[in-house]
Amino acid sequence: MMQILGLYNYWVFAILLMTGIYIVISRTNLIKKLIGMSIFQSAVFLLYITLDKVEGGTAPILQAGAPEQLYSNPLPQVLILTAIVVGIATLSLGLAIVVRISEAYGTIEEDQIREMDS
Amino acid sequence: METLLDILSWALLVVGGAFVFVGGVGALRMPDFYTRMHAASLTDTLGTILVLTGLMLQSGISLATAKLLAIMMLLLFTAPTAAYALANAARLSGLKPYRTGGNREQ
Amino acid sequence: MVTFFGLFVLTLLVITAIGILRAENLFAAVMLTGLFSLLMASIFFILDAADVALTEAAVGAGVATVLMLSALALTSDREQQQRRRHWIPIVVVSVTTLLIIYATFDNPRLGDPGAPVHQHVAPWYLSETPRLIDIPNVVTAILASFRGYDTLGELFVIFTAGIGVLFMLSTDTERSPLTLLPNPDTEGLRHHQVPRIIGRLLVPFIVLFGLYVQFHGEYGPGGGFQAGALISAGFILFALIEGEAAALKVLSFRVLAGMITTGAFLYVAVGLAGIARGGNFLDYSVLLDDPIAGQHLGIILIELGVGLTVTGVLLSVFHAFAARRQHS
Repeated sequence: MMQILGLYNYWVFAILLMTGIYIVISRTNLIKKLIGMSIFQSAVFLLYITLDKVEGGTAPILQAGAPEQLYSNPLPQVLILTAIVVGIATLSLGLAIVVRISEAYGTIEEDQIREMDS
Repeated sequence: METLLDILSWALLVVGGAFVFVGGVGALRMPDFYTRMHAASLTDTLGTILVLTGLMLQSGISLATAKLLAIMMLLLFTAPTAAYALANAARLSGLKPYRTGGNREQ
Repeated sequence: MVTFFGLFVLTLLVITAIGILRAENLFAAVMLTGLFSLLMASIFFILDAADVALTEAAVGAGVATVLMLSALALTSDREQQQRRRHWIPIVVVSVTTLLIIYATFDNPRLGDPGAPVHQHVAPWYLSETPRLIDIPNVVTAILASFRGYDTLGELFVIFTAGIGVLFMLSTDTERSPLTLLPNPDTEGLRHHQVPRIIGRLLVPFIVLFGLYVQFHGEYGPGGGFQAGALISAGFILFALIEGEAAALKVLSFRVLAGMITTGAFLYVAVGLAGIARGGNFLDYSVLLDDPIAGQHLGIILIELGVGLTVTGVLLSVFHAFAARRQHS
């Protein structure tokens, strides 16, 4: 039973990952696709932060009076901090492109845009 | 004295939790937007005050109590304003309230 | 007890993701995405990642929701009905999910101290930070000093995204936000007293809290990115209440462009100063006579640079969306 509880994070990661991918490939609305991409990124963050937890540890801020304190791993947190900010940078650029597409074609549904182009 | 504080904070936390639960059920089961907003705003005010007061009694006189007080002030300022802004926006865009026995306009 | 709360929040995450999948009204989908980010921030906090939780809450649940809403205001509001079922994507996605779940049975259990990820570099960082850099927050020490190159690259990614958005949305000069002259009487929440008064009360406190997070990043969770997101959230609140014209008078595009370039330039200047004093690029130990004081100075300066650039970029992106005139 503890084995299953210890793996629940990874299963939620798998489900969120695939939900994000499914939104990107099956919905035709461009903004919905961007939202699906951000869900996909969040699932990857969940995986990395799950890896950094140590049982009985605490946040990796060194406390002066307790030399025997166990700390969680700080390295995945640094990577994910970078990744979150890069994610929002790409999201804002994607939204700017969608706004220009909407003004040029009048719609943001992918199949209608493809029809207008061909 | 310790047990009195403990019992008091337990009572506050349980009653606060009950109000939050009532607010959640109301937000799901009420018939239209305005009544749902009314139920959900119960969580913002009464639930916040009771739960945070219970936590403040638990932590005694320390820095944590001051921080909890600041959080309570922030929530009491912002959450009812947000509820007001939502209801006002709905009213201005023409959403009509629910009337029994007749048109139920969405 | 905490594990049960964690399991509950994880289940809520999956339910919210499926809700986003099925929401046809894009406005509802964006609101659910904000809720998703907030649940992610609570999970990060339960898993002992305090810095990451603060960043996700400030950036994901705050700024991303506002950006998506302002983009929605410029495009349409509803998604069209999906007319046919997509069998191939459903089958591919389900098979891949089952494969990943099968592969996770070999993973280390959550919290296992003997897992390979805790063995090599991490104990070195945890033990050497008091000796080499002497600040309590190990995450800031790694981000700003041990792995300073990565943070420089990330700063330039944000810089590029800001420039890209301003290019995209300002080439059409009659709608461009850079040539905006809106009517001050019809903008903002002029006639709604309650949000205006409360908002005006809150803006100075939000900016003050952002500055606290910026300078306190070495002693607790915080740092440049979170501070940038918080300060820009304060100014976005001001812009929503008082209108775009008043907000652009307070911090015009020229000032924002100055902030963006000053931040990036400051970071690179600190790196080059390391070379000028005889060390490597981005080596802070040679900036002052005492290596630990040099490290402190270097970290404060680059965090300041990061905070300036992130504030500038997030605010200019918001103004580029919000001040764009609707097509008739």
